[in-house]
Order: sequence, then C-alpha cells, then structure tokens
Amino acid sequence: MESLLTNFLAKYNYWVYIGLVMIGMYAMIAKRNLVKKIVGMNIVQTAVILFYVSIGAKKGKMLPIIAHGHGDSGHQAVHAIDYINPLPHVLMLTAIVVSVATLGVALALAIKIYRRYGTLEENEIAQRINEQ
Amino acid sequence: MSAHFPGLVVVIPLVSAFLVLIGSLLDRRLAFPLAALALLGSLLTAIGLLIHVMHVGLVEYHLAGWAPPVGIAYRVDHLNALVLVAVSSVAFINLLGTRPLVANLFEDRLGPFYTLYVLLVAGLLGIVVTGDAFNLYVLLEIAALTGYALVGMGEGRAPLSSLNYIFMGTVGASFYLLGVGYLYLVTGTLNMADLAVRLPAVYPSKVVVSAFVICLAGLCLKMGFFPLHAWLPNAYSHAPDPVSSLVAPLMTKVMVYVMIRIMLFVFTPAFAFDLMNISEPMVWLAVAAIVSGSFLALSTKRLKRMLTYIIVAEVGYMVGGFWLGNRLGISGAILHIINDAVMTFCVFLAAAALISRTGSDRIDDMQGLFKKMPVTMAVFVIAGLSIIGVPPTCGFFSKWYLISGALAAGQYGFVGALLLSSLINLVLFFRIFEVAYFEPFDAHHGDPSSGHGRVLSEVQEAPLEMLAPLVVTAALLFALGIYAGDIVSLIIDHAIPVGIL
Repeated sequence: MESLLTNFLAKYNYWVYIGLVMIGMYAMIAKRNLVKKIVGMNIVQTAVILFYVSIGAKKGKMLPIIAHGHGDSGHQAVHAIDYINPLPHVLMLTAIVVSVATLGVALALAIKIYRRYGTLEENEIAQRINEQ
Repeated sequence: MSAHFPGLVVVIPLVSAFLVLIGSLLDRRLAFPLAALALLGSLLTAIGLLIHVMHVGLVEYHLAGWAPPVGIAYRVDHLNALVLVAVSSVAFINLLGTRPLVANLFEDRLGPFYTLYVLLVAGLLGIVVTGDAFNLYVLLEIAALTGYALVGMGEGRAPLSSLNYIFMGTVGASFYLLGVGYLYLVTGTLNMADLAVRLPAVYPSKVVVSAFVICLAGLCLKMGFFPLHAWLPNAYSHAPDPVSSLVAPLMTKVMVYVMIRIMLFVFTPAFAFDLMNISEPMVWLAVAAIVSGSFLALSTKRLKRMLTYIIVAEVGYMVGGFWLGNRLGISGAILHIINDAVMTFCVFLAAAALISRTGSDRIDDMQGLFKKMPVTMAVFVIAGLSIIGVPPTCGFFSKWYLISGALAAGQYGFVGALLLSSLINLVLFFRIFEVAYFEPFDAHHGDPSSGHGRVLSEVQEAPLEMLAPLVVTAALLFALGIYAGDIVSLIIDHAIPVGIL
C-alpha cells in the first residue's frame, strides 16, 4: 500500500495526465452536446501536451540558457544535467498550435451544424435527420 | 537539383498552397491552374525521386542542413518513393478530373477549396517522405485538418460527419503522439532510424510495449481498421464528390503505409512480429474487417456508401497481409496500397461523374446508364473488375500475393475471407451492372416530384475533362496489373527488410 502511494506521489504528473485523458474520453463518449464533446477532445489533447511538458522538467534545474555564455561559452563546460530538457517543450509549441487549429475547425463545424438543425444536442439532431 | 527532391516534393505544394490563396484573391480563375502546376511539380519530383532511388538506393535529405538525430531528416527508400508516386499521381489526376464539379459546387469558394486541396496533398506527401516521428505527427495533423475542412464543405449531413471524423481522428493522432512520447522517454530521440538503433537495447521495457500498443491503436483508428471504422463510411460518403475521390483513396492508404513504416523501421520486425506476438489476433481482426465490410456494402442501396464499405474491407486486406509477417504477405500489402489507391480512386471518380449527371446516388436510379454514359460506365466496369480481382487488372495480382502469403503462413481464415470478399464484390458490382445495363427505363425514374434524380433523356455523357482522366486511370489499372511482377521484383523487394522471409 505504501509503495503504491509513494509510486503515485513520485510520478503524480503521469497520473494527472492519465486522469485528464480519461475525463476527456468520458466527455467525448458520454455527453450528447456537441460543444461538450469538443471540449472533451481538447482536454485529451491538452493532457498529452501536459505529459510532454512534464517529462522535460527537472526539479531545481535551470532554464536551458547558458548564463554569461555570450562570447566565452567555449571556455566553460556545459553540463546538460543542470538544465531542464527544452526539446519536449519546443515540440509542444507545435502541438498547441495543432490543438488550437483543431478546436477552431471543430467549432466552425458546430456553428454550421447549429445553423442547419437549430440545435447542438445529438439526439435532437438525429431526430431532425429522421424527420427529413 | 535531384539532391533536393525529397525536400521539394513537400515544399512545392506547401508553398504553392499559399500562392493559390493569394492568386485567388486577385482572380478566382487563377486558383485551379496554380494548384495544377503545384501538383504537377510534386508528381514530377516524385517520379524523379523514384527513378533516383531505384538507381542509388536510400536517399537522405537534411532539412536546413541539420544532421540527424538533431535535425529533421527526410529519408526516401523504395517503399516511400513508390507510395509518393501513387499519392501524387492520384492527387494530380483527381484535380484535373474534378475541375467541372468543383467549378459547379464551390463557385464562390474556389480559392479556399484549392488551397485546402493542395495543403492536404502536401500533408500526405510529407507523412510519406519524413523520417522523423514527431514531424510525421505534425504532417498527419496538416493532412487531417485540411481533410476535415474539405469534408465539412459539403451539404446536408457533411458537417456532422466531419465533426465525428474530427473526434475520432484527433484521438487517433493524440494516441500516436503519446506513443512517440513514450519512445522519446526511453531513447531520447525522435529520428526513426535512430530509434530503430536504440530501441533493441530497451525492448523488454514496459514503456516500449505501451508505446507500441498506443501507437498501433492510434494508427488503426486513423486508417479505419475494423472495430474502429465507424467514422469512415459517414465522412467519406457525405463529403462532396471531388473531395471523397481524393480523401477516400489516399488517406487510409497513407495510414497503412505509416503503420508499415513504424512497425518495420522503428520497432523492427523482430519486435513487431516475434516479441509482441500479436500477428494472429491482428490477422483475425482483418478477417472480421473484410467480412463485415463486405456484408455492410451488400446492405446499402447507395453507390458512394457501398464504395466506402468496400474501403473498410480493403483496409482489412492490407493490414491482414502485413501482419501475416512473411515476405509474400507484406509484398501483397504494399502492392495493394498502390493498386487500391488507384482502383478506389477510379471507382470514386466514375461514381462522381455518374452522380453529377444523374443527380442521385441510389443504385436503383442507375437504369439505362450504359446507353447514356458508355465511356464512364466502361471505366466503372474496369474498376469494378479490378476490385473484384479479375486478371489482367491490378486487383488480381495484389490479391494473389496476399492469398499466397496467407497460405504460406497457414492463415486459412484470411484466405477464406479474401475469397468470400471477392465473391461479395462480384455480387455488388454485377448488381449495379445489371441495373445499368438490363433494367428497362421505368416511369418513376428521375421523377422530379420524388425529389431526386433527373429525367433520363436529359442525362448526358460526362464532359471530356472528366472522361480523359477516367480513361487514363482505367489504363493505369491494366498497366499496374501487367507490370505487377516488375513492380514487386524491382521496387517492393528492396523495400522489405532482408530479415523477413
């Protein structure tokens, strides 16, 4: 039991992201409102971004900028261990752009659907389609 | 010049997409020629690249001169060079063939339409050419986002189908990204070739196993593999005709290519086939995909919907063939990527021509079409025969490789599914041929009061602009069939790692 707890606390970032993915998935599967589903989708994407950001972080380490490095960086040894890993963070800039774009396209389609059927509830839309 | 081909094949359409948009702001009519030029450019580059690769082997291109594993590398071997040519030629021919339809459907939105079109092709070509796992994700999303927008441009239920497609596609892509993240966690690299070198040392790790499972699940979702195919028929059948003839043949096939690339060249065959031991269930899932896709196709009365269910079955062919794990099966799967891209494209383009002329996509409304649209129907018949698998059309040869591979692997269930699906395809297409050839013109046909269809006497043959691409594609089906042996021995054989027997 104790090992489970320490395991949880030591890697809480993973548990948070797993929880967020589950919440997002739940919203996408169980909610009937299209906007709630879109929000669920965005939570899943954000959870993955959070996972990436957390794997690059190190406790008590510096930003990956060499202090006073300008001009004389060749004279000092740079220890990678002293800096957080910037690569996953940089990758996530792209992923954030992607998730914003996806959200935009999804909301634009939701507007189109609303104009057509006058509702965003899935069961009501299905009813309208059957009536046609 | 040829040293820059791997970069150019993506950069040409990517840059041109914006030129198309700017050009269309000046004059709407500029959009089409600019898009055509861009895709012709990437087609020629892709062909040049294939010839180059056949002479010298693997070509590596470092973007902005940064050497891998730090920089992004585009690696072109026999496998991607072949898929590049297939993707760029289908995209180019479709652009030419659907011009009258697009001019009609999106009269006031030509600029945005062609911008999205070219951007989608850039994304697809990028997915195929890249040698970097994260770069693949970005290009995957470029292709997917433009695909959602194009599907959503349709009328009726298209926006709703597109939104469901977004949900499924985004979860699929997020899973892939998560899998790549796990791989990065244990290896510290994102370059595919570098991953393949570093992974064997950490194979027993649970992280690698999770990465494998999550990646595979995401890709299966993206390609519409059987239990995860629910979004596919709606999205592709409600999309506007010029879009479905682009997206339906290419998107699923490129995803199958990605699966082959990741399994063989990132995880390596030893891990994917031997250590993970999931070949058997994957082949049985493929059997389920083929059988259910075929029966669902039988159950529908609408032409485009029937074709989308055939795609569900065809994805089963390719995934099953790959997971047979022997040389014959994988050759069949790769050959089928090419053949299926061309034949589903051919059948979708013919269907687009038929639907644009008759105004209905019900199979029952196709009476007398052989008389009215002889050339389009002839092409449709050839494409249908190819999907059924009649020699000398190309569909026969890939099916032959798949069946021989299944026999060699002892997967008799897969052999049975392939044969059953061929029989069902026979019924599917001959049902259409029967209606279109024999059924007498009936008074209800095209009754304007029923709300669909046009009076038969008004139906004319499709314009020459559509007929020429259709005939070229039909000829390609024969050419691919006749040269199937050469394609396998000269290209595909070099694409499969030597260790696979």
